[in-house]
Amino acid sequence: MEITKETVLKVAGLAKLDLTEAEALRLAHEMGKIVEFADKLSEMDLEGVMPTTHAVKMENVFRDDEMQPSYPREEILANGPERDEACFVVPKVVE
Amino acid sequence: MDNMQKQELASLTLTQAAGLLAKGEASSSELTKLMLDRIAASNNNAYITVNAEAMAAAEAADARRREGGSLSPVDGLPMALKDNFCVRGMKTTCASRMLENFVPPYTATVAEKLADAGTVLLGKVNMDEFAAGNATDTSYFGPTKNPRDPKRVAGGSSGGSAAAVAEDTAYFTMGSDTGGSVRQPAAFCGVVGLKPTYGRVSRYGVVAFASSLDQVGPLNKTVEDCALTLSLIAGRDPRDASSLPNPVPDYLAGLKGAEGLKGLRVGVPKEYMGPGIQAEIRENVKKLIADLQTAGAIVEECSLPQLEYALSAYYVISSAEFSSNLGRFDGVKYGYRAKSYDGYDDMLRRTRSEAFGDEVKRRILLGTYTLSAGYFDAYYLRAQKARTLIMEDFRRAFSQYDILLTPTTPVTAWPLGTAFEDPSKVYAMDLCTVSVNVAGLPAISLPWGTDREGMPVGVQLIGPTLSEDRILQAAHGVEALSLHNYGEGRGQKGGGVHV
Repeated sequence: MEITKETVLKVAGLAKLDLTEAEALRLAHEMGKIVEFADKLSEMDLEGVMPTTHAVKMENVFRDDEMQPSYPREEILANGPERDEACFVVPKVVE
Repeated sequence: MDNMQKQELASLTLTQAAGLLAKGEASSSELTKLMLDRIAASNNNAYITVNAEAMAAAEAADARRREGGSLSPVDGLPMALKDNFCVRGMKTTCASRMLENFVPPYTATVAEKLADAGTVLLGKVNMDEFAAGNATDTSYFGPTKNPRDPKRVAGGSSGGSAAAVAEDTAYFTMGSDTGGSVRQPAAFCGVVGLKPTYGRVSRYGVVAFASSLDQVGPLNKTVEDCALTLSLIAGRDPRDASSLPNPVPDYLAGLKGAEGLKGLRVGVPKEYMGPGIQAEIRENVKKLIADLQTAGAIVEECSLPQLEYALSAYYVISSAEFSSNLGRFDGVKYGYRAKSYDGYDDMLRRTRSEAFGDEVKRRILLGTYTLSAGYFDAYYLRAQKARTLIMEDFRRAFSQYDILLTPTTPVTAWPLGTAFEDPSKVYAMDLCTVSVNVAGLPAISLPWGTDREGMPVGVQLIGPTLSEDRILQAAHGVEALSLHNYGEGRGQKGGGVHV
């Protein structure tokens, strides 16, 4: 299936990626090739087949609700690109 | 110690080195210093970060041994982790600009288990950016070279892990395998690589690629080393809900060389022996088939028709999960943040666009596309149904055979900088490995001769769920045959570094 530059830009918007015109054009071509490759799945007869999410089934994994030490706050904050005391700083989100 | 002795000491297997430490003929400090010197002298770019505390850890191991309090047989042995394993206080970059300066506040369970056994962490090794790749050429820190021929790729995504073992700058390493990322570089560099059953080893603290496919695994010089390493890391972890509660067997107990091949029922799927496989690799596999028969195994060609769709299913599922997992990189709590932006959304977009490399972006886009409204049913859902059929094929095969034998890769290591026509051609290089992850099975790759240019050929043994003991036993047999045929058990050594 052909992937247009417009489709690539729309998907990039969903994925929060900025692309230049040239990148979008190149990616449209490359993604077209990859999707062609994925389209092989359309040859399969999958009528009535149940989907598999995980190859090894695990259900209802419980643990006791016990108090555990949490991660050291200072070390976590140290990775923040911008911080203010005990908070991460982000640009204003609500007007 | 002269250079020859150093070279000999460096090329010892994990088991042999453990023996020397036990007999007091070498110390952890000596081995660790040797490894650090070799890392500094190597031009293969296997390492991203060297652990500044390695010598202190080695000295502590030596002190424990002197006092008779060794933590395990491998106490004091130097090893390395792929740079997607978190270690508290040490950079974990995933070979991405996004995490160039990320210092995790916690440690992966596997890293913790290996530390509890006393092993010395030499550092973190190179990989494809966020493990998306098969040549370690998408690393932000530059490609890893293949120690067997530095003009060629080391494979990937655990290319640094494989190269470090091949160039003797670690006695073993850990990697992660989502579609072949342990087995393929192991094959390219001539070492042993194991992808355990999905859930056999904890993934806690390992940066996620595709959560329904990811599994961590060791890279080693020999099958015995591999069995030893697996026994250190396997088992249930309360911090990874997908880890399996099944008891961990003694993986070393069943190893009995070529003896272990007697009566073994081996299936060879014809889907992985077709014209898409380099002729010399097919020839090598045929030679192995003949040798297996001589050793008393029952080998037959078989067919798993749904394997034809595994590559498509794999790329749809893995890219979809990859795009969701990488949604967390937003420049807020950790990682890179763009320097200038106008508002929150712009910050997010610029941060991601500036810090992710091309291949990562490509897979995020593909994953987002296949999960988006209107395409979900055609791609992601179909891929998950295909997964059911692929698993049924394997189940049928394992009702007739104990293990399946395939080439690990369709080609041997290609030259660095090879320009592929389009990304789907690169993805096709994962032909023989991805189906194993799609079905959650264990598989091992080990060296079996070389091509005409001397590049290692890897063969893959696949077993049913939780049959690690069986495939290790079979691999130990194949390794014995390899030793007999090719004069060595760990691929022909060559290249590497000389200190």
